[in-house]
Amino acid sequence: MTGGAEFHLEDSEGGSRLVLSGPYLVSTIGEIDHELREIEGGFASVDLSQVSEIDTVGAWMACTLATRHDAEIVGAGERAQRLLKAVESANSEAEIAAPRLPIHRRVPVEIGKKVFNAGYGIASVIGFLGQIIMGFGSLIRHPGRFRVKALVHQLELVGVNALPIIGLMSFLIGIVIAQQGAVQLQQFGAETLTVNLVGRITLRELGVLMTAIMVAGRSGSAFAAQIGTMKLTEEVDAMRTIGISPIEALVIPRILASTFMMVVLGFYASVVAIIGGAVVGDLMLGIPFWTFLARIQEVVPVYDMWVGLIKAPVFGLIVALAGCYHGMQVSGNSEEVGRRTTMAVVSAIFAVIVIDAFFAVFFTEIGWG
Amino acid sequence: MSEETGSEKRALGRHERFRGDYPVVVEGLRNQFGEQVVHEDLDLKVRRREILGVVGGSGTGKSVLMRSIIGLQQPAQGNIEVFGRSITEAEPDENIGIRNRWGVLFQGGALFSTLTVGENVEVPLRQFYPELSPELRREIARYKVILSGLPEEAANKFPSELSGGMRKRAGLARALSLDPELLFLDEPTAGLDPIGADKFDRLTKELQDTLGLTVFLITHDLDTLYAICDRVAVLAEKRVIAVGTIPELLETQHPWIEEYFNGPRGRAAQGTQARSDG
Repeated sequence: MTGGAEFHLEDSEGGSRLVLSGPYLVSTIGEIDHELREIEGGFASVDLSQVSEIDTVGAWMACTLATRHDAEIVGAGERAQRLLKAVESANSEAEIAAPRLPIHRRVPVEIGKKVFNAGYGIASVIGFLGQIIMGFGSLIRHPGRFRVKALVHQLELVGVNALPIIGLMSFLIGIVIAQQGAVQLQQFGAETLTVNLVGRITLRELGVLMTAIMVAGRSGSAFAAQIGTMKLTEEVDAMRTIGISPIEALVIPRILASTFMMVVLGFYASVVAIIGGAVVGDLMLGIPFWTFLARIQEVVPVYDMWVGLIKAPVFGLIVALAGCYHGMQVSGNSEEVGRRTTMAVVSAIFAVIVIDAFFAVFFTEIGWG
Repeated sequence: MSEETGSEKRALGRHERFRGDYPVVVEGLRNQFGEQVVHEDLDLKVRRREILGVVGGSGTGKSVLMRSIIGLQQPAQGNIEVFGRSITEAEPDENIGIRNRWGVLFQGGALFSTLTVGENVEVPLRQFYPELSPELRREIARYKVILSGLPEEAANKFPSELSGGMRKRAGLARALSLDPELLFLDEPTAGLDPIGADKFDRLTKELQDTLGLTVFLITHDLDTLYAICDRVAVLAEKRVIAVGTIPELLETQHPWIEEYFNGPRGRAAQGTQARSDG
């Protein structure tokens, strides 16, 4: 015996019979399923007497063959009969894929959903902001509820743990700006202006902006994923029932930590970038390291530092808001956590860059150019 | 049963059903997490075509035992044989011949949340029998959903749209998707209302009868033990202290067993059973 499932038609007195033989199991039926489906009619009975093994899939096959060709099942053993009875009553035409509209309807429906969600998104972001302001309000009235421990923990996660990676990134950026800037400025014989370039661009723009992008990737995503997972596991609901406001316990510590640490990290990033520039100055341009730093004090106006320090908390706030907001929006399944985390990072970086553009124009207009 | 298969280590043929007496044999099992020893010298044999209830206090390692048998937890010591093959010594790809012969229902259902119920049932079929035509696979998924006692509309719903009881049934449908010979159920009736739990018990019994299943059933539900279990294994003191029918267990006079079956809940379940029998 080859061990596979087989079938053949046999003529006998009461019309022809379809004789199934061999094991009719989920593991064997794949080979003959196609042929059985295309079999021509003209048999009055399905004979199972030569079937060596049968499971529900085999029984199902026999059952559908019999119904389709209006034949009766004969020769079923005791086990086969039990299985046949079970699958017969389980006959169903139900669809198993999720409902899906035809494409000419799906496209408008999807667009409509996007538009609606955009509107809904704006409304719910405003609602979320309102909740946070209320949360701050109630914390001011009941300072005892403020979670100092959570805040300190978040300060560590957002700030202290980010120091090495942000330091390395800023140092390299300082090097690149100094080196690339020097190459261009040398054409005018103005390579000493590299000091101005490095000092001003890092303090005003890049230090804070790159840090914001880094924090969005490190901490904004973590906020969304943590809070989102807590939503899925009903931890957030559990908090509510105990009387702990998730806004106070989860969102506000993260927002405060991110806003405060962004200032520290942004300034730190600028300083490290200037050091990176000074190293290049020393090695490539012949400006001694300490002279480079001393020149920074002379050529960079102090308001450049203020520009960076004013922008930093705003960026930190945006990153934390995006992370917490998307985290709180998670519902349903684990895929949603991933989707919302991505959205948190993308929308945070996008908003930071847009607001940075506004700040650039604003500060130039008030004479801090 | 005349044939003695305990010693026979021959691999099962692809289309052959297991004919031995004990589909699951655990010998000298030891499990530990760090310093904490969960199982020590644990022996257990599951008979073919029985429903074996596994009980024990919280933290006695019922789920760990199940995870060891299905190969998710590497034991520190001991041997586990499933269908006459050692799970502990086999190479991972050797286990394939065993994995398609069992179905597992995890405590929370463990359905894939991004797939519909029907698609969940299809997953093992796709994995083990890619040669099946999509039509047949769909048909199989459909009737398995109904066999598990779900309404047919449930087939294209996502797990998040189902109630806890329906999720359990959907998990059972997936566990049954390959027509397994051995079924592991981890607290199937936990969290169900008494009516739902009762229905689930009857469904388990019915499927076990019809499909000729061997069932390894972890439970806390005394009603389930009385209603459908052929034998009960009691986990305590890091091993199986007794296996047998409930009257046999009571004869051991072990204090924990006494307390378990003769406590107020135990007696209530006994009473229910007596009424439904009489």
